[in-house]
Amino acid sequence: MSAVVASAAAQPRRPREAWWRHPAVRAVISIAVFLAVWELASRLNWPWIGQAPAPSKVLDAWIPLLSDQGYWYSWYQSSRRVLSGFLAAMIIGIPLGLAMATSRMFHDVSFPVFEILRPVPPLAWVPAAIIFWPTQELSIGFVIFLGAIYTIMLNVIGGARSIDGRFFQAARSMGSSNWDIFRRIILPGVLPSIVVGMEVGIGITWNVVVAAEMISGGGGAIQSRAGGGLGFFIWNSYIGFSYPLIVVGMISIGIAGWISSAIIRRLGILVTPWLRLR
Amino acid sequence: MSAVPREKVSLRASIKPGEIQVASVFKGYGDARFRTTVVKDCSFTIERSKLTVMIGPSGCGKSTLIRLLAGFERPDSGSITLNGAAVTGPARDRLVLFQESALFPWMTTWDNILYGPRARGELTRESVDLAEFLLNKVGLAQFRKKYPMQLSGGMQRRAELARAMINNPAVMILDEPFRGLDAMTKELMWEYYSRLFEETRRTNFFITTDIDEAIFLADRLLIMSNIPTQVRATIEIDVPRPRTQLALVENDRANEIKMQALSILHEEAMKSFSRGSKAAADFVEAYSKRVSKS
Repeated sequence: MSAVVASAAAQPRRPREAWWRHPAVRAVISIAVFLAVWELASRLNWPWIGQAPAPSKVLDAWIPLLSDQGYWYSWYQSSRRVLSGFLAAMIIGIPLGLAMATSRMFHDVSFPVFEILRPVPPLAWVPAAIIFWPTQELSIGFVIFLGAIYTIMLNVIGGARSIDGRFFQAARSMGSSNWDIFRRIILPGVLPSIVVGMEVGIGITWNVVVAAEMISGGGGAIQSRAGGGLGFFIWNSYIGFSYPLIVVGMISIGIAGWISSAIIRRLGILVTPWLRLR
Repeated sequence: MSAVPREKVSLRASIKPGEIQVASVFKGYGDARFRTTVVKDCSFTIERSKLTVMIGPSGCGKSTLIRLLAGFERPDSGSITLNGAAVTGPARDRLVLFQESALFPWMTTWDNILYGPRARGELTRESVDLAEFLLNKVGLAQFRKKYPMQLSGGMQRRAELARAMINNPAVMILDEPFRGLDAMTKELMWEYYSRLFEETRRTNFFITTDIDEAIFLADRLLIMSNIPTQVRATIEIDVPRPRTQLALVENDRANEIKMQALSILHEEAMKSFSRGSKAAADFVEAYSKRVSKS
């Protein structure tokens, strides 16, 4: 009897989750394994991937840069360009998308043009952008803008279309005007899709930053290797045959993109509180 | 909650119940050769300040009638009038509660209830008081800041009732609003809903396929024929209010009405069964089991 009681008393220990189940631990493991395989491949000079500079070489090249103002200036330059191109894409893309979703007429008139322009890759716009825009910065911003706007618009249109018809019926029968329906039904209804479009869109802006910054030729900082933005940093390292620095640039863009997406995800959760509480 | 009596007065005062007349309405779909008449020479009255329940076999054209009453569609011939004025389109004097919840997911319970007044620019002291009163009435006071997704099915239906009632429609039309809720929640909803009705005496028109629900709620019961739909019988449910499920089971009058209603529904089901309806076969079977038990 007493044995039963004792075992029952010992029971309440909550089953602790195994440490290796924690997502952060798994993330660290995944990155460590990736780096180890890469290091090994490089040391053993495996075919193909063995050509890439080993992580240790990359780190050797990276560490001095951490105290290099030019490197951080590249971060600043690229972030500024991405942010302004992205903001412009939202300021123009969201209202255009809403107009296309709510007005049949506007949709019929503008959608064919939209669909023809959409498949043209931002890289293909580079020469045109250089010719069209008076300054380099505007050309770069334009290419980044093109990278994000289509995704944002498509998501807005799709989101507005998928709002349940019963909401409109209910709103109308309670006396809503068109403006009221737009403001209190369509806008909040489309917000989750806007967030998704932003999350995907900001990723694409970082994808096109290399192409865009090839325009810049350093953005007034040609003499130093860094300072023209992370995209230019990669291009310039390639021209200078510094392979470890190419990888440094690539990883830097990867990190920047990851941070941007994380910020937008957080913002998205903040502005759509009804979705997180299930 | 000390302010409740005053609010109750304002709720009563603001109600202007309406009366709907449906006179020899016809409605069909499809073009000339393949035309199906869904509603045929249908006439009835939704009496002022009464809870009229319409019951009929599923697929009998009840939903078409609702669309006509709400003004989403027009009859082919015949007339529908509210307080003598022809119904020409959707308006807030005839609010419809549909089967599925149409609460706005991005608004809290409180904002959902106040949607109507805000939409019309009538967000006054009185409308806020009324919202507060209704929120308490449907038992959602602690859930005012919750989003629809955080509410149970029954709570959602109650929030929707409150959201409709704050607009003071002359007639409330409910299309199987408690369908899909589990049996216990459903009975709870009947109580909430009938108390609200008893307090306000608004004109209500309630559609269902559930005979127990119909008898629990109705002042008047309209039993519909199979398609094309017509009123087969009208029964005044003269069972005193407030009703409870327990009392109804033992009430002879209620049981008598139930058997009467079921036998009419059975006849209708037999008719459509002989025309090849599989749904009717289910009803016929369920009916015969029920009759042999009692």
